[in-house]
Amino acid sequence: MTEIEGIYTIWLREAKRYIRYRSRIITAIFTPLLWLLVFGMGLGSAIRFGGTAGGYQQFIYPGIISQTILFTCISAGVGIIIDKQYGFLKEIMVAPLSRSSIIFGKALGISTGAIIQTIILLLLSFVVGVPMTPLIFIGSLLIAILIAIGMSGLGLLIASFLDSMEGFNLVMSFVVLPIFLLSGALFPVTGLPSWLEFIVYLDPLTYGVDALRNIIIGDSVLPLEINALVLIFFAILTIVLSAFIFTKKEQDLM
Amino acid sequence: MKYIIETKNITKRFDDFTAVNSINLKVPKNSVYGLLGPNGAGKSTLISMLSTIKSPTEGTAIINGYDIIKEANDVRRSIGIVFQSRALDDILTGREHLEMHAALYGVPKDVREERIEEVLDLISLGKKTDEYTKNYSGGMKRRLEIGRGLIHHPKLLFLDEPTLGLDIQTRESIWEYIEELKDNNDITVLLTTHYLEEADNLCDEISIIDHGEIIKTGAPKELKSELKSDTITMTLDNPEKLLSLIKNKSAINNSLITGDELRLMVAKGENFLPEIISIANTNKLFINTIELKHPSLEEVFIKYTGRKITDGAKTAGGKR
Repeated sequence: MTEIEGIYTIWLREAKRYIRYRSRIITAIFTPLLWLLVFGMGLGSAIRFGGTAGGYQQFIYPGIISQTILFTCISAGVGIIIDKQYGFLKEIMVAPLSRSSIIFGKALGISTGAIIQTIILLLLSFVVGVPMTPLIFIGSLLIAILIAIGMSGLGLLIASFLDSMEGFNLVMSFVVLPIFLLSGALFPVTGLPSWLEFIVYLDPLTYGVDALRNIIIGDSVLPLEINALVLIFFAILTIVLSAFIFTKKEQDLM
Repeated sequence: MKYIIETKNITKRFDDFTAVNSINLKVPKNSVYGLLGPNGAGKSTLISMLSTIKSPTEGTAIINGYDIIKEANDVRRSIGIVFQSRALDDILTGREHLEMHAALYGVPKDVREERIEEVLDLISLGKKTDEYTKNYSGGMKRRLEIGRGLIHHPKLLFLDEPTLGLDIQTRESIWEYIEELKDNNDITVLLTTHYLEEADNLCDEISIIDHGEIIKTGAPKELKSELKSDTITMTLDNPEKLLSLIKNKSAINNSLITGDELRLMVAKGENFLPEIISIANTNKLFINTIELKHPSLEEVFIKYTGRKITDGAKTAGGKR
């Protein structure tokens, strides 16, 4: 009971923080729209895209949703370093609460922010001409939740190895961008050179993009169940691993 | 259980640097206990171990009857802690900080509201209670942190340098606040400080800690009287004459003449003063001014560590 309330408390604080930094929400909506409208339309007009009936813009729409979740979750997860620098992490770490609950609460809180962005993007589907039904909406949200928890866990995991926000650019270049570019968010993952295909399937986000594409535009490489299973596995793995590392490295974190 | 804290050879080493060296500390219940020492003496490290943040390299401690290593969660529930560095979220309000803390420490829902009001009463944030803490002054932030540490009714409150970096008025108001706290609550306060007047004003008992070891323990008053070094300073026309008349008295430890000033280090100044005056009178020596000073904790500190507290620890290992 106390643990559940602890998770709830940590979630609540994270959610409050998200909502109170309004500028963050605006950027988080503006960037994907830029991608969809400028990049999607620009490249879409330049190439003859045979991938989907709806054209390139519709094709990358699920990919851009995934990208938004990825960026939000990793940067917020790594943002736990700011808590550490401000000393607020100490206040949480010294509470009579298990480290796993702290991590899980934190990941749920971060995911909440990403989900709010996903909802807004789903509601904006008319911009790229994708029809939105309640079923598509709910299905997409469920997949988005799985992606978000996994990526927040990954962000927290990375944070446990960093000392300051100085390393954040490194994370962006070496973790976030590769995950995004290799996920097939911007191109079809079929017909790639085999070495690239191999790396693409190592990328957890590939399964998220594929699942969302399946639900939203009915076009996917893998069956939805496989994608969902991989995402569930990835989410559990990153949460358990970060909880483990946080317990191990507890002393350095305070 | 007479002692709220009892450490057993507690030790913390970082690589080859020993921050806390086999300390045995006993803190009586319902007292204000001070750990006094220069920066880098090991005070914060000791508090970190006692509050289960850092684990000791050797030894252990019993807090409120619980072992800090084996029963960390019970220890955490028994203590409140105010860190040396700020630990507030700038975008939460004061009230939200208290609500969050109450929830994290499992304060039962039915008394939560009441506890929060009770603490808010004590820390008087006024209309800033529901504003983000980034708008708070240094003193308000401190009061909020102390108040937060009290929400779950801890038996023991750790204050790590509670007035560091605060201006004089704020410091005095925090002192008043701590006084009030100990008078009205069933609580023990363990505070670290390198402000001597803070230890002197607030603490029932202090331990001087240096190079990771406890050098001396006692009530500030006792420690000062143990020094036997009241200072009597007089100005008169012929100090040499007066000194030659009284220098054989056993109460005098030391004497010094500079110009027309005579300074005497004596055991019990207030007893010796009338005697000097009567000797001066019978010998027709006219004393212009006379002043008696009791030693401060500063002198106590110098005696036991061989230097001033502001000099810092010579082998300071920095903040860990």
